[in-house]
Amino acid sequence: MQHSPDRSAVRAGPADQVLPVRGIGLTIRRGGRALLDGVDIAIEPGPLTVIMGPNGAGKSLLLRVLANLVQPDSGLVTWGGTVPNRARAPRLGFVFQKPVMLRRSAIDNVRYALKAADVPRAERDRRAAEALAQAGLERLADAPARVLSGGEQQRLAIARALAIRPEILLLDEPTANLDPAATLAIETLVQAAHRAGTTIAFVTHDLGQARRLANDIVFVHHGRIAEHTPAYRFFSEPSSEAATAFIEGRLMP
Amino acid sequence: MQDFGAAFGEAFRLLVSLDRDLVEIVALSLRVSLGAVLAAAAIGMPIGAALAVARFPGRGAALVALNSLMGLPPVVVGLLVYLALSRAGPLGPLGLLYTPAAMTMAQMILVVPIVAAVSRQTIEDMKEEYEEQLRVLGVGPAGMIATLLWDARFSLLTALLAGFGRAIAEVGAVIIVGGNINHVTRVMTTAIALETSKGDLALALGLGLILLGLAIAVNAAVMVIRRTGNHAAFA
Repeated sequence: MQHSPDRSAVRAGPADQVLPVRGIGLTIRRGGRALLDGVDIAIEPGPLTVIMGPNGAGKSLLLRVLANLVQPDSGLVTWGGTVPNRARAPRLGFVFQKPVMLRRSAIDNVRYALKAADVPRAERDRRAAEALAQAGLERLADAPARVLSGGEQQRLAIARALAIRPEILLLDEPTANLDPAATLAIETLVQAAHRAGTTIAFVTHDLGQARRLANDIVFVHHGRIAEHTPAYRFFSEPSSEAATAFIEGRLMP
Repeated sequence: MQDFGAAFGEAFRLLVSLDRDLVEIVALSLRVSLGAVLAAAAIGMPIGAALAVARFPGRGAALVALNSLMGLPPVVVGLLVYLALSRAGPLGPLGLLYTPAAMTMAQMILVVPIVAAVSRQTIEDMKEEYEEQLRVLGVGPAGMIATLLWDARFSLLTALLAGFGRAIAEVGAVIIVGGNINHVTRVMTTAIALETSKGDLALALGLGLILLGLAIAVNAAVMVIRRTGNHAAFA
């Protein structure tokens, strides 16, 4: 039987708002396995939430469902209380594990995003330059984006997402392929965006990274949310068996 | 063998002196084949883009058909266009048979599958890479196709040059629908066939050299474009 989404959760919100981002009863099955198994989640405005869990737990998939990139088999995603729509997509920034660089210069990548978000032409140049400067990429503005190093590309991807001034930035293991220095640069950039008022949801399986960044932790295991708790409590007294085992570095079945 | 050497000499003399018949034939060849490639681009690229982006039942069969059409024998295309344009055919009233327009039409039919198939492959590969990124930026279907076409422009240009290579070099289709009429529908390939059978090797060789030169120029252009694209990391 199909899980019927709770329609009462869908209420009219301000037209352009995407926060809070909610998932209600999200379920995705592939080949008889539940990759997401009735996940309920709410990302409220404010905190830097780290979504954590072992490989294959469903954390990246959850993020993609929340971003409306993947349709759940059952369940419902709401942005600001209403069903996601393309017009509000720019209000929700998304950074992929492997950055997607358009075949143009670094600054034109940012300009492209600004144009897609209907930012007036007169403002695009200034905002693109600002975004690059914040990411420390002003020197590389005119370099073709695809010849930048992995770390630079990821910083550019974040700068491109932030230039639109989204309410929330979702990051899917953005540092998984990067060395420590590049990882630090990404974390600094994300923290600065958070301080400036952007709500963040950051997927990682790296405990150290979670400790450095998180206000809140969402711990995903076997397609379910085992815990959603403030970070200090998660690390000192995790309430689920799975999270305890993960923190202690034990392998989980 | 002596004839052969003399023919070479004569061929060079024709080339260097820009012999009027020779220039006329080369110009008509370029006009017919460039027109065919432009028309094929206008038809083939949208077909390729649509096949790359759309998902529908029978898509697999359509792709197999398209790829097979790339190997269409020119004489068969010539025959079909001839039937269509001949007095009793559906397009007979247009009176296009044995005109450059008919030759352009035939070559266009030969080139469309190449342009469509290469565009489809190029755009589909790029869509795989771009689609989710463009969706999170709020780009709609029309904007997505426009972005894909623009960002794939270097690869698409190589598809057009490949199509031009096929058009300018084929003889089977143009000789059937054009008829190789002197000063009207005589192009390089049909002239080479005729002059060779007449034994006038000089003109045939001169045209052959030009055809070779064009093939080299087209391939060099493809390489330069790819290099430029790669160099700028655009390709």
